[in-house]
Amino acid sequence: MVRKFGFLVVAILVLASICESAIFNPVSESHRSAALEIFSPSDGSFGSLEETYEALRTFEVLGIENKPDIRTSACASVVDTIWSTSSPLKDLFHALRLNGILKCELNNEALGGIASRLKDSLNDANSLFDFHYSVGGLVLIKDQISEVDVHLEDADKKFRSIKALSQSDGRWRISSSNTESSTDAAGIALETLAGVISLASSEIDQSLIATLKNDIVKLFDGIERYEDGACYFDEKLVDASRHQGPLSASSSVVRGITAFAATTSESLNLPGEKILGLAKFFLGIGIPGSAKDFYHQIDALSCLENIRGSIPLISSFPATVLSVTRKDQFKVRVSTVLGSASPPLSVKLMQIFTSGSKDASVVDQKLKFDADNAVHVLETLPENVGVGSYIFSFEVILDNPEEKKNYATGGRTKVSVHVTGVITVDSSEIAILDSDLGSTETQKKLELPGENAISLSANHLQKLRLSFRLTTPFGHAFKPHQAFLKLRHESGVEHIFVVGNSGEKFEILLDFLGLVDKLFYLSGKYDIELTVGDSVMENSFLQPLGSVELDLPDAPEKAARPPPLPVNPYSRYGPKAEISHIFRAPEKRPPRELSFAFLGLVLVPLIGFLAGLLYIRANLKNLPKSTVPATFAFLFHLGIAAVLVLYALFWLKLDLFTTLKVLGLLGMFLMFVGHKTLSHLASTSSKLKSS
Amino acid sequence: MARSTTKDAQALLHSLRSAYAVTPTNLKIIDLYIVFAVVTALIQIVYMAVVGTFPFNSFLSGVLSCVGTAVLAVGLRIQVNKENKEFKDLPPERAFADFVLCNLVLHLVIMNFLG
Repeated sequence: MVRKFGFLVVAILVLASICESAIFNPVSESHRSAALEIFSPSDGSFGSLEETYEALRTFEVLGIENKPDIRTSACASVVDTIWSTSSPLKDLFHALRLNGILKCELNNEALGGIASRLKDSLNDANSLFDFHYSVGGLVLIKDQISEVDVHLEDADKKFRSIKALSQSDGRWRISSSNTESSTDAAGIALETLAGVISLASSEIDQSLIATLKNDIVKLFDGIERYEDGACYFDEKLVDASRHQGPLSASSSVVRGITAFAATTSESLNLPGEKILGLAKFFLGIGIPGSAKDFYHQIDALSCLENIRGSIPLISSFPATVLSVTRKDQFKVRVSTVLGSASPPLSVKLMQIFTSGSKDASVVDQKLKFDADNAVHVLETLPENVGVGSYIFSFEVILDNPEEKKNYATGGRTKVSVHVTGVITVDSSEIAILDSDLGSTETQKKLELPGENAISLSANHLQKLRLSFRLTTPFGHAFKPHQAFLKLRHESGVEHIFVVGNSGEKFEILLDFLGLVDKLFYLSGKYDIELTVGDSVMENSFLQPLGSVELDLPDAPEKAARPPPLPVNPYSRYGPKAEISHIFRAPEKRPPRELSFAFLGLVLVPLIGFLAGLLYIRANLKNLPKSTVPATFAFLFHLGIAAVLVLYALFWLKLDLFTTLKVLGLLGMFLMFVGHKTLSHLASTSSKLKSS
Repeated sequence: MARSTTKDAQALLHSLRSAYAVTPTNLKIIDLYIVFAVVTALIQIVYMAVVGTFPFNSFLSGVLSCVGTAVLAVGLRIQVNKENKEFKDLPPERAFADFVLCNLVLHLVIMNFLG
């Protein structure tokens, strides 16, 4: 448990150190194939005009040639929108954008009509989106045909009205009635203002442009940062319907500042480090999952590729795990965000930090440029770099100092490098020593890492010693992460010991006298297993070495019991133990013959009674002879017999309720009949008495 | 002395027998019935002594049936006996009807308890 925790802490520290030296890869082939998958047309089109534009723009930036052919349906849609007089402003804007890529057949008349419509909407505009669509549309028309006049007369006024919507922190509101500002709106505003500047028929007041530059600076002040150097613009107000988030906000701002930077001849003085951070943010996403995210990422990267003043250059590394055995070399590739070639530059390795310590060695070694593969190669590793984990710190220096104002290289870049190699294990031996004298009873040579099957025997007065040496390919001592010796008893109880070292020599001495308690006094055969491993060791091994027969004294009363072995978690799905129920022993019943004998015996008194009746000459003289009383008498006797039969049935199977019900009925009958009979008898006897 | 005791016992029995001979027949019938009931009860007790008390409720039920009916018969005999001045005005048929009714109730309870 403690070991696991320790390992976790180490992992977190390693991860933390890696965060500073994260790897960003420029756009690659996997992006292209993913784009074709994500932007797949359904029913011959991508959906709305906006979605179609996004898909085609992505394909255009990535240079995908074999895109799905939706030209006819898309162009039809574009033409419809442009010719229709009732199309909303938003649709016109998207249609014009799409036309810019597809270059559908549209004549000057159509575009001229649109231009005048857009100018009219611009005069009536009061929300940021109205401005954006109108100005954007006019800029697109200007790019597509030159005959139509799209210049704005009162560009100053338009500029001011858009600027009026800005906030003090650099963000923009959507309209004057809206109180909430957003970063996304800021990006749109910048793009629109850039469009206004480019469309102005006369020069715009320089002070206005200066204030706009200030706004951009304020916007950049509010940029958020990750630990690994990526920067992004976050959206405080998240509106789910507009699909906003850091990606769309940052992308929008990048579009805005790129458009603005293109309009002015002087540089914007954008902070190069933050531009590079933005590039890292977009690249750090990897391959996005949704079409919208993909478009935002690719569009932003294409803007960054061409931004005036600070084009970011990304350093990527084909491999950060170098194997000494394979004679790998450390390579650096420097390119633009979209993967295009960089201007001539050189890469210098400045410092090497050893992972886990604060020491750094200053190197200042220039990497050799391999023109065929466009990579910079470190031909030989510095002398003090052996097998292990390091952090390389290097710098990108442009050959032409003039280019510095066009590119953002980012100063020092750190990358985590692992140098792995085959560690030699030699002089390995295992021995049993007699305690005090230190003399060796048994000594055996081991072959590590290889097959071993030694068998030793020891008693509790002796010691077990295991020793070996570890050396790196460069001849230095090596301390691996894991060097464990495990003893497993035949009953399954395991004990793990850490093998300590002094320099190259690793040795462990197990004194059984002190360990009897830990071993739970279990004697018997113990399997020995040695584990030596590290992340930079190419030949880590976990090797069973053989067994040792241990003879330990018997456990005293108070000794701890060995822990119960972990139960196989699937065993509870197996058959359960047989349950033997303990029933109450049935009562001893008498043998049947005895019971039957007594049954017969009980009937004897009845016979005796009947015999006695005969003996005393009991008679039926008083039984009525005439019909009616005779019937009643007969019924009376019948009634009594019926009740007795009912009782017999009650005992055999009836329940009390039924019995009582029937008894009630019979009772009433018996009452009636009995009364009749007995009153008849009574009257007969009284007649006899009186007469 | 023993001989005289035997002689006295014999004389006692003889006089008892002759005195009993004059009792009316219906009373003799009732007496016989009582003897029958008691003997049946005794046989059941002997059986219980042999095999044990399981099931106890059945034993009780059997014994109480016999004893109960004997008791009711004794009551009937008292009421029917003409020499008994207390029940002079009670017609014997009425006593017999009571006897029958009480027996029926007793036997209902017995049958329920028999199990």
